[in-house]
Parts: sequence; structure tokens; C-alpha cells
Amino acid sequence: MTEVIELKAKLGLDVFKSGSDAHIKIRPGMEKDPRLKKAVRLCPAGLYSENEDGEVVLTIDGCLECGTCRLACGNEVLDWNYPDGGIGVQFRFG
Amino acid sequence: MEKFDVIIVGAGLAGLAAAYTLASEGFETLVLERGDYPGAKNVTGGRLYVNPVRDLFPDLWDQAPLERFIAHEGVTMMARERSITMNYYGNELREEPYQSYSILRSKFDRWFADQAEAKGAMLLSKVKVENLITENGKIAGVVAGGDELHADVVIACDGVLSIISEMAGLRQPGSAHEYAVGIKEIIELDSGLINARFNLAGNEGAARLYVGDVTKGKFGGGFLYTNKDSISLGIVVGIKDLMEDEQGIEAPALMDEFKQRSEVAALIKGGETVEYSAHVIPEGGFRALSSLYGNGILVAGDAAGLALNVGFTVRGMEYALASGYYAAQAVLTAKETGDFSADTLSSYKSLLEKSFVLKDFKNFQETPEILANPRFFKYYPEIAGDIMKDIYAVPAGPKNRLYPTIKQYMTLGEMWSMFKDFRKVKKI
Repeated sequence: MTEVIELKAKLGLDVFKSGSDAHIKIRPGMEKDPRLKKAVRLCPAGLYSENEDGEVVLTIDGCLECGTCRLACGNEVLDWNYPDGGIGVQFRFG
Repeated sequence: MEKFDVIIVGAGLAGLAAAYTLASEGFETLVLERGDYPGAKNVTGGRLYVNPVRDLFPDLWDQAPLERFIAHEGVTMMARERSITMNYYGNELREEPYQSYSILRSKFDRWFADQAEAKGAMLLSKVKVENLITENGKIAGVVAGGDELHADVVIACDGVLSIISEMAGLRQPGSAHEYAVGIKEIIELDSGLINARFNLAGNEGAARLYVGDVTKGKFGGGFLYTNKDSISLGIVVGIKDLMEDEQGIEAPALMDEFKQRSEVAALIKGGETVEYSAHVIPEGGFRALSSLYGNGILVAGDAAGLALNVGFTVRGMEYALASGYYAAQAVLTAKETGDFSADTLSSYKSLLEKSFVLKDFKNFQETPEILANPRFFKYYPEIAGDIMKDIYAVPAGPKNRLYPTIKQYMTLGEMWSMFKDFRKVKKI
């Protein structure tokens, strides 16, 4: 059996440059949208989670900028942008 | 006011191909890249087929930092508790010029950008394009870092989501059913060990595709490519399929389960994961292509939806390179008259139609629908595995005859379903 590396540890292998502002934001009032709840399972970096109140929250650190949540949730739910130039994940292998 | 002949958004393969071609013709070419360097935001599964694009860039391939040439192909049907693998070794795969290579984009794209710069292109990294400039109904440049940069024509090579094409009104935001997400790990492993494990000599490489339980029966599969001293291992799964899943499948967990399969674990044992990446992939084929041109703008590569999954071959990078090249050709033609209207730039589409790019997309336009059949990802791997299990089993008592053993899986209803499935496959 291969040892399972925790997701946080996997993200820790990547080079990230953090910015001042989150480049993806959940639009106000959309925190319980069913599309957003899908993102909890779909995000390859596991950055979406549901809190005790049934609201989905997003931690932007570790975003791989893959685009999955934009396609799953759409623009009504997410205010989705790429990070500014020189910010975010910088793949060394790709 | 800064004015260029052409501004290219995105220094991936499409953008760099366009830049390399236009700069070679003496065009003032500006490439804007939001990553720290070209390739910083790019992810590939891992293989480039060179044949279709070799002659478009004749001077490029000798020195290109590619990984290994793929000499061995393999496909594995994975059931829950067993798997069947078919390997293909062909002499032609070991003869130069080699048809395909494993590739790491951060390495390749940086090098390709150097070649474009050597031809005279100007590359600015760490710059995100924030908006387009429109004048008299024509795209006339971009806004980046608060500055207005003008050009005769803009080429949008900003990748699968292509927000630039959306801004230009050439496409709507994508729909989940036309995209898959790829998740990948780079696993460092000694090159000698790679050669021993995959039965490779020298710089030979292996490619493996996995279908079935890898994605729990959802559209997609697993992949493995050997690089010089690492392995690219990953999964691809349809976004819509994942959304509709009711078993609570989590995308990152699929990757871990794939790695833990004994068939895969043995190949990567002792390796060290050094990077974790993910990226969305266009899977809609011909019918999902976006508008390729508008007034003062062209769209190339993933931005236009130019990726094609035909089951055994999954391709995107050749289409990116070729579409970048043909976009450049269309710009060269438009420059002759100084007219960069959609009418003139439509020559881009004609060039793509005459080339392998749109011929491939038309030939395989039925494929996405056929591959959407969940039976290929769940039912067939299981039944094939069950048949193999019975063929190989030697029980304590007498063994049943083989034909009746296999036939028990083939009820009339089952044969009818298979007939229908494979009648559709004929369209591929």
C-alpha cells in the first residue's frame, strides 16, 4: 500500500505566492446554494467546506486555479477571477 | 500610447506558437503571461504528439526539452477487485522521428518562450490582462496592470476558461458537462528504477491509461507517463458526472484510491511526490468549440476548446500549437490589407478546416457522446474481469468448460445491449 499523503501536505509541496485579496468569492446570500455544496466534494484542493450552519466557506490558500468550481457553480454563485499577475500557484513541473 | 502589431494573452503552447511564428516574420509581438514564468499556470497529463506539428516548427524539435519518447503503450481495464492490462509494443514507436514524448510544461514552455524571444517577441510575465479595449466595435488592445496596451489584433490564448473570449462576447461561461477535471501528482523516481519497472531502455518511455473503477464508473480514467526521472500520475473525471454523483465521491480521494491500487502502487513505490496539480480540460469536442474569431481578435488552444479525447488518445497540446500557428498565419494575411475585421480574420477558421485540427474534430465529433456511456466505465471492466477470473480459476473440484462459463455472462439481453453500444462505437 502506498502511504496516503494528506491533502494539506500535498498542497504544501506546491509553490504559492499569496495575494492581498481572495480571487474567488462566494457571492453574498449564496452560501447555502446546492451548487456550492457540490464544490465541497469537487475541489481538488479541498478548499470548500460546510460549517455548522450549513453554509459553505472557502479558504483560498492552496487554490490550484483549476477552474472546477467555476464550472460547477457558475457566475451567479461565485465571483470568480484569476489571481493578479505573479500571485497564486506557480507550478515547477506542470 | 503603446502600440503593438499583436498582443497575445497567455504564454502557453498556443500563445507561444503564435508569438514564435509572428516574431519570426518581424511582427512586434507582445506576450502577456500572468504566471511568474511561462508554464507556471499550466498542467498537462503528460504527452505531446509531435507528428502533426513537426513541420509547422521545423527548427524547434532538435533541442526541445522533452522528457522520454513513448515506446510502450498500455491500457488497463480496472474492475473493483481485478484488472486486465493490454500492452502495445511496436517497432515503429522506437524509430525516429518518434511520434510522441512525455513532457513537463513548466520546463517546456519556459524554453519555448526563450525561442520566441530569440525571434524578437517581447514577453512580460506576472501580468494579468484585466480587460479588453474596444474601439468602433473592434478589439483594439488590452488593459493590464492598469495600463492600456494597443494592438492591431489580440490573440486570446488564455486557457480553458478563456475569460478573454467571454469579455469579447465570443463565448459564454462553460457548461459543466463539457469539461473534466484532471488531478495529477509528479512523483520523483530514479531513472534506472523507471527503466526496470516499465521494461524500458535508455530514453524510452511508457504511457498507461486506466479505465473503470479509477473513476467509480464515472466518465474519465487514470493516466501514467514516465518522464526522465519522475512519473506523471493522475486521474481525469467528468465534472457533471461528479456533480450528479450520489455516493459522496470526493475528487481528491479518487486520486488517492488510484495511487493505492496494487497495480499502480507497485509502479510508484519508493517515489516521492514533489508536486500536486489540477486543471480543467475541454471534453465537448467539435460541438463545444467556441467562436474562433471576432473583430480584432482570434482564439486559440484550450481557450477555443481545442482538446480531443478519442479514448485511446487524449490530445490537446498539438491542437494548441497548430492553432497558434494558424492564428499567426491569419494575422499575416490580415496585415497585407491592414484590415483586422472578423471577415478577414475568418481565414483562421479556413486554415484550421484545411489542417488536421478541424478535420480531427469533425471526424471525431460523435465521440464525446459515445464516451459518455457509463457502461464503458463501470459495466465492461467488471464483466471482462469476471470472465478472466473464471478462465484462470482452478477450483478444488472439476473445472467447467470455458465456453459455457463465458456464455453465462452473455444473456440475450446482454448481447443486445453490447450490440447497441458497439454499433455506436463504429462512429468513432
